[in-house]
Amino acid sequence: MKILVCISHVPDTTSKINFTDNNKSFDTNGIQYIINPNDEFGLTKAVWMKESHKAEVVVASVGDASCESTLRKCLAIGADRAIRVNMNPLDGFSVAKQLVEICEKEKFNLIIAGRESIDYNGGMVPGIVAELMNYNYVANCISLEIDGNKATAAREIDGGKEVVSSDLPLVVGSQKGLVEEKDLIIPNMRGIMQARQKPLEVKDPLEVNPKTLSNKYEKPSPKGEVKMVAPEEIDKLIDLLHNEAKVI
Amino acid sequence: MSVIIYSESENGKFKKSAYELASYGRALADKLSLSLIAISINNNEADPISNFGVDKLIQVNDKELERFQVNNYSKIISEIASKNDVKILLLSSSADSKYLAPILSVKLSSGYVSNVVELPESTDPLVVKCSCFTNKAFNYVNLSEKINLISLSNNSYGVMENPKKMEIENFSSSLEKSSLKIQKIEKITGKVTIADADVVVSGGRGLKGPENWSLVENLADVLGAATACSKPVSDMGWRPHSEHVGQTGKPVATNLYIAIGISGAIQHLAGINSSKVKVVINNDPEAPFFKAADYGIVGDAFEVVPKLTEKLKEFKS
Repeated sequence: MKILVCISHVPDTTSKINFTDNNKSFDTNGIQYIINPNDEFGLTKAVWMKESHKAEVVVASVGDASCESTLRKCLAIGADRAIRVNMNPLDGFSVAKQLVEICEKEKFNLIIAGRESIDYNGGMVPGIVAELMNYNYVANCISLEIDGNKATAAREIDGGKEVVSSDLPLVVGSQKGLVEEKDLIIPNMRGIMQARQKPLEVKDPLEVNPKTLSNKYEKPSPKGEVKMVAPEEIDKLIDLLHNEAKVI
Repeated sequence: MSVIIYSESENGKFKKSAYELASYGRALADKLSLSLIAISINNNEADPISNFGVDKLIQVNDKELERFQVNNYSKIISEIASKNDVKILLLSSSADSKYLAPILSVKLSSGYVSNVVELPESTDPLVVKCSCFTNKAFNYVNLSEKINLISLSNNSYGVMENPKKMEIENFSSSLEKSSLKIQKIEKITGKVTIADADVVVSGGRGLKGPENWSLVENLADVLGAATACSKPVSDMGWRPHSEHVGQTGKPVATNLYIAIGISGAIQHLAGINSSKVKVVINNDPEAPFFKAADYGIVGDAFEVVPKLTEKLKEFKS
């Protein structure tokens, strides 16, 4: 069994977001990068399947050389090899096309990508990859069992979950629930040393025109001061919510 | 050419998000001088959606489509869109619609932008504003493909009545066999979901334990609200992770968000930021959440919340 986990290299969840170049680019100054959390849940699941399903786990990322540190971390967590497509990701579609190029060559049984990245939140890469490959796709995946050529997966839906079955190959959009937060693997020294020896292939990108183009960024306008209400003046809060905010 | 919306139904009735999508679609169609078409699947209602500016409703009735199945639904929607010369296809931000959108964007060879929060800034070129960095910023994106797909953030535009004389058409098509099969659906019934709620009441570690959750639930009951929780609460297993809101949990975009005993970590704030009015109840005056709140009470949740619940009961009656 062969698994691809698509990795997005994203600013740490606590990062302060700023823009530069007349608000045309994201300011990377002082930003710490991490594995996109939704991808990391998927990677952990894949690493478990190395033992349970004798799986080979490949991680791939589309980005410049700076994302290699994130890919090395994936190798330290337990992935077998890594691929980086040397391209500045412009939109979800062009990223998905690069991943499809890898999928067509390698014939994975299972492709995992986070339900969305925490930077651009597009939530489109796994779905586009699935449709371009003509594979089945399970979004917002919160459980996955694989038995031979069959998968049983659960998708989180509004107010509950839906359990589906599908043949492989399959694409899933991973998120918390597929594994739990406490299951995430912290690389140990041995893993980190091994990761240095594991293959990290750099590929030239396929020529693809993006379908959307970022024009500029904007930060939310600063909000007004908080209005404090004393705990013994609950009536005042209800009055404010009713007459001022008009939400009740 | 047309603007087309996929108006979602539940139990044979339009969801509230369908009316918001129609309202947005109407305004967009007017800007582009196009007609507005709505697609509904297994829903025999027509009148309700005609109140929100729809020129034509295309109804699909098929027993095979009784349950949402992504391959079937995307096939039907893309066929209707192509047949009606779609220029812009609009979807909501429900779990099902966000599942459909990337697949539809491939079928229609369209551009696709999700989390759109406003009407386009310009229509030539088409520039839309969407949230990014999990609500910490906005991105203006140019869409230059012949067909473009937009997912509208829930509760970002609102509902605007605009009654129209609406034409109704039926559509049917053959479905393909797929190995992707729905085995079962487990859904909490009779409870407002976070995705559809106007008000969300959320609890954090300050509530000290799952046994105290009646505080959150009673307040939510009075307000007809959905219940939610912070990440530590779901990590400790006090509440199911379907209630976890924040950066890696569910996004919340409601009219009113009430946070009880939640300090307001940056990841939590990111997930709930697009809610319109935020009320924070916390015994720590230094809790960072107060900086992001509209209204705040520094006090003991175990005293303040029951009092608020009682007073709201009186207010509502």
